Amino acid sequence: MAEFRLPKHSKVKPGRTFPAVAGATRTKNFKVYRWNPDDGENPSTDTFEIDLDACGPMVLDALVKIKNEIDPTLTFRRSCREGICGSCAMNIDGTNTLACLKPIADVKGEVRINPLPHMLVVKDLVPDLSKAYAQLRSIEPWLKVDTPAPPDSERLQSKEERSQLDGMWECILCFCCTTSCPSYWWNGDRYLGPAVLLQAYRWIADSRDERTGERLDALQDPFKLYRCHTIMNCTQTCPKGLNPAKAISKIKQLLVERQG
Amino acid sequence: MSEIAKASATKAGPDLRVDVMQSQLGRARGLGSAKSGTHHWWVERVTSVALIPLTIWFVIVALRLVGHTRADVAHWAANPINATLAAALVIVTFHHTQLGLQVVIEDYVHAESLKLPSLLVIKGAAFLLGLAGLLSILKLAFTG
Repeated sequence: MAEFRLPKHSKVKPGRTFPAVAGATRTKNFKVYRWNPDDGENPSTDTFEIDLDACGPMVLDALVKIKNEIDPTLTFRRSCREGICGSCAMNIDGTNTLACLKPIADVKGEVRINPLPHMLVVKDLVPDLSKAYAQLRSIEPWLKVDTPAPPDSERLQSKEERSQLDGMWECILCFCCTTSCPSYWWNGDRYLGPAVLLQAYRWIADSRDERTGERLDALQDPFKLYRCHTIMNCTQTCPKGLNPAKAISKIKQLLVERQG
Repeated sequence: MSEIAKASATKAGPDLRVDVMQSQLGRARGLGSAKSGTHHWWVERVTSVALIPLTIWFVIVALRLVGHTRADVAHWAANPINATLAAALVIVTFHHTQLGLQVVIEDYVHAESLKLPSLLVIKGAAFLLGLAGLLSILKLAFTG
């Protein structure tokens, strides 16, 4: 059966509290999920009281401040700090998003920070994404052609053809959408999830690709594609404002279209 | 002693035995595409759209028949249009029901030993209930 409860060793317990430095006037509590694979303990939620006057505006700034000044063992992924690398995807205030794009001021009350839902945790806020990456690899996200490229130029697209890729090339593969999808939670071992299906459609919609039929064949499956029940969490949560649900429905439309 | 072996040795720690060593790509590709599912998805949509007018029609008709005698209802069912629409409602309802319940079971029941029997039970039940409904309409329409 689908798992509706956390396993015994995953139950989250209350953790430590780190008060703000004396003299801080404008503070906010950050409740951060902690789990250390090495100590055999259950996960816990640590509370960090942060002086907002000595902190940047984004949630990522607060996490960096915690790591630099309070607890250097806090573990999370980050790189570009401007929403283009997708590393700092996590669940903030109940919604999957990028910590670098989420203003602290947008969160009312304390800021709850958890790793992306329903993925194995490597440590603290770092989820194991190897399954999702393998699923991306499985849809073969590269140009597949039989016609040789013109010897003296690139493969051309009309403006119209190129515009078909808008709303998909912007995806940075942070997997906020995939890990927000209940269908992926229950059937992530077989369902490809919204991020990977959006990438699949990105290659189906590419006028230069010549294996569209093969790509559709590979997706036409009760689990790989049709576990999508149009729940729309993917579109609602996407930190880049993209619409994976629409891409998935386009794939479904094409599959019906080619039948007759 | 490796890190993993050490972790398994701690008493309170979780059991870190590895029982799947297949590559992530191998697992992601799994048994490959079933090359089906489109028909199921499409019929689910078609039946749901068909049920909108059929259900509205039936609710209106059923309300009008409230308080009438059995003979009146039999007379109503003897009209071929009424009998046809009622039969269509029963067929489409039970077909749609079993398509939808199949999805629910596939979503939540993962043990193959439980999944296949559950699917057979809901499909069998939908078939029998639908057949019973259909025969009842025919009996009413032809013999009153």
